[in-house]
Amino acid sequence: MHDMLAEPIASRAGPARGGAVRLSAARPGDRGVIVEVGADAAGAGHGVAVDELQRRLLEFGFVEGAEIEVLHEGAIRRDPIAVRLDDMRVALRRRDAQDVWIQLDPR
Amino acid sequence: MSEAAAPGARIALVGNPNSGKTALFNALTGSRQKVANYAGVTVERKEGVVVTPSGRTLSILDLPGTYSLRARSPDEVVTRDAVLGRLAGEAAPDVVVAVADATNLRLVLRLILELKAVGRPMVLALNMYDIAQRQGLRIDLDGLGRELGCPIVTTVATRKRGIDDLIAQVDAIAAAGALGHASQWREPSAGEIREAHREAQRILKATVRPAERPDTFTGKVDAVLLHPLAGLAILFVLLFVMFQAVFSWAKPAQDLIDAAFHALGVLIAGHLPSGLITSFLVDGLISGVGSVLVFLPQILVLFFFIILLEDFGYMARAAFLMDRIMGGAGLHGRAFIPLLSSFACAIPGIMATRVIDNKRDRLTTILVAPLMTCSARIPVYTLIISAFIPSRQVLGVLSLPGLVMFGLYAAGILSALGVSFVARRIFWRGAVEPFLMELPTYKLPDPANVARNVILRGRIFLTRAGTIILPIMIVVWFLSTFPGAPVGAVDPAINYSLAGRIGHFIQPVLQPIGFNWQMTVALIPGFAAREVAVAALGTVYAIGNADASPGMLATTLAHHWSIATGLSFLAWYVFAPQCASTFGVVKRETNSWFWPMVMLAYMTALAYAAAFATYRIACGFGLG
Ligand SMILES: Nc1nc2c(ncn2[C@@H]2O[C@H](COP(=O)(O)OP(=O)(O)OP(=O)(O)O)[C@@H](O)[C@H]2O)c(=O)[nH]1
Ligand SMILES: [Mg+2]
Repeated sequence: MHDMLAEPIASRAGPARGGAVRLSAARPGDRGVIVEVGADAAGAGHGVAVDELQRRLLEFGFVEGAEIEVLHEGAIRRDPIAVRLDDMRVALRRRDAQDVWIQLDPR
Repeated sequence: MSEAAAPGARIALVGNPNSGKTALFNALTGSRQKVANYAGVTVERKEGVVVTPSGRTLSILDLPGTYSLRARSPDEVVTRDAVLGRLAGEAAPDVVVAVADATNLRLVLRLILELKAVGRPMVLALNMYDIAQRQGLRIDLDGLGRELGCPIVTTVATRKRGIDDLIAQVDAIAAAGALGHASQWREPSAGEIREAHREAQRILKATVRPAERPDTFTGKVDAVLLHPLAGLAILFVLLFVMFQAVFSWAKPAQDLIDAAFHALGVLIAGHLPSGLITSFLVDGLISGVGSVLVFLPQILVLFFFIILLEDFGYMARAAFLMDRIMGGAGLHGRAFIPLLSSFACAIPGIMATRVIDNKRDRLTTILVAPLMTCSARIPVYTLIISAFIPSRQVLGVLSLPGLVMFGLYAAGILSALGVSFVARRIFWRGAVEPFLMELPTYKLPDPANVARNVILRGRIFLTRAGTIILPIMIVVWFLSTFPGAPVGAVDPAINYSLAGRIGHFIQPVLQPIGFNWQMTVALIPGFAAREVAVAALGTVYAIGNADASPGMLATTLAHHWSIATGLSFLAWYVFAPQCASTFGVVKRETNSWFWPMVMLAYMTALAYAAAFATYRIACGFGLG
């Protein structure tokens, strides 16, 4: 059976996803669990289709249930961000992080 | 198993980037492929062989790292095609060795599940086991082996530990003639990737206990190095110190080499009757080659720094810090490392662009890579700087030559940003590709690896001096010697030679930017390789006035050129398209002559414009 943590919160509806926030809006120090990796940041002008971006994120370990913490952000417009993703450190741009939803731990 | 009959087997090393595949490849085959602490070091397939104790020849394939077989960039395509046996005339490997960083298993486990679908027999090499042990990571090897259905070997590639064991396991599989099954692999959907992650997570939970002493060093260092302001400041200070060191550390060694070549020239001139042979040896060979070799120490110092930073794991951080700045110019964050390699030489830099998935991003990066100050420019820059820039201290601590050098590097970088900004608008108005990059854990640089790589760079430089520069120098000497001066001539002999005539012929074109005919002569062979221009100047001026030695070339130039001309020459060299092999590799990588032509055109235009502006402005300040 599935791991408890690996169970995505299945809310395919609108942008308000049960208290979860987009990774693209998170700040250093924010930590939590990824609850959904979507494919609907349409019109963001990505060089690739949104579902391709989704698969890349998934392959990189941005997957439902992964623990995540925002560690650093760049100097210009707080971009890109560096996150700890389980045991790994990953850098990504905020625009590519829009479809990653995280449930923040209470601080 | 009979010794002679053991048939060979083909082995492929597959795994995530930076897991130590190349280190393992080197340990297995005794090769010296490049190993460094960031993702995307290997972009080509490399083959090597090892003979097992049973006499079987294993041919081992080192491949670019990947997170998935769903290849997106040219380097990952290489890996996918090699694993699936899609390369023309090449079957799928007999055994796949999955190479995993034992301290970072989650993503590679998912990749291994994909590899299993390919159906080749597999061995898992749990590499970096030394770090895993240091961290107190407990891995249930038997359990993991059962879950994955393949033998597991723990290895420490950099210390050559576990290598025999790995060879034995691969040999056993090859001996058993395990055939595997036909490939059932196809591109997974998002749902299937999730499913595989869940399976990987389950296996991980069942077989790996979290580290007792997880790495905290990386986090602490990153708090400083990735700090939005301090991090950028440190990056610039690092670059700055690097260029200062290139000048100050290398000086004693340079003086030594210089003195040696001078002494050699004097010795030969003293022992041989003056004549053509002596002129060839002293003015052609010694002064030409000596004027290039003298820069070896500087190149070694520069590479010492770069390799140290690569091994430490800093390069990915630099890419992080620079991403936004480069993004403003339309460059992809992943372009940072190829551009950085171009500081060594544009050729590996252009090849390293294969890690960039998107074709347009890749082309933009290829176009601007030659603007990065490659090491072949160092001889030209240092020669002109030492001739025209007084060796003064500025603000107490900084040397003026170091500052000018820094400025030249900065000019290269800024113009690259500018060109890519314009190129994106002229050639395509594209959307921006995603940027995802792993930040590796810091590792203390391995002195042996650093030494090996620095020596390797030195060897490449010397080989160039021997194979490209030397033959060209012979041609230059020939052109500048024949025909000799007529009887009763007053001007230096070279004036009457073929080279002199060519120089005089072309000079009107270059006169507006302040170049004299000797410079024009030197520029022509300089199209083969940039540093040849220095050697050619050495030859041209040594023949023009007999008492010059390589070290005195700077003095000679200071005597013959105005400051404005010197500065104009520097400006020319920031942009000059003077490297035949770069165009060759661009042709190969883009598979068309269009892009090399675009490159040639824009670089020539920029070089001429920059030299023109510099010359006119300097003349305006009375330096003409
Ligand atoms: N401590 C330790 N370091 C290792 C080991 N194996 C490799 N390394 C280091 O890990 C880093 C990456 O090694 P590489 O061999 O370049 O990795 P790779 O898998 O070929 O990487 P790509 O070519 O980018 O896919 C280097 O800094 C190596 O020195 C090991 O067993 N122990
Ligand atoms: Mg490699």
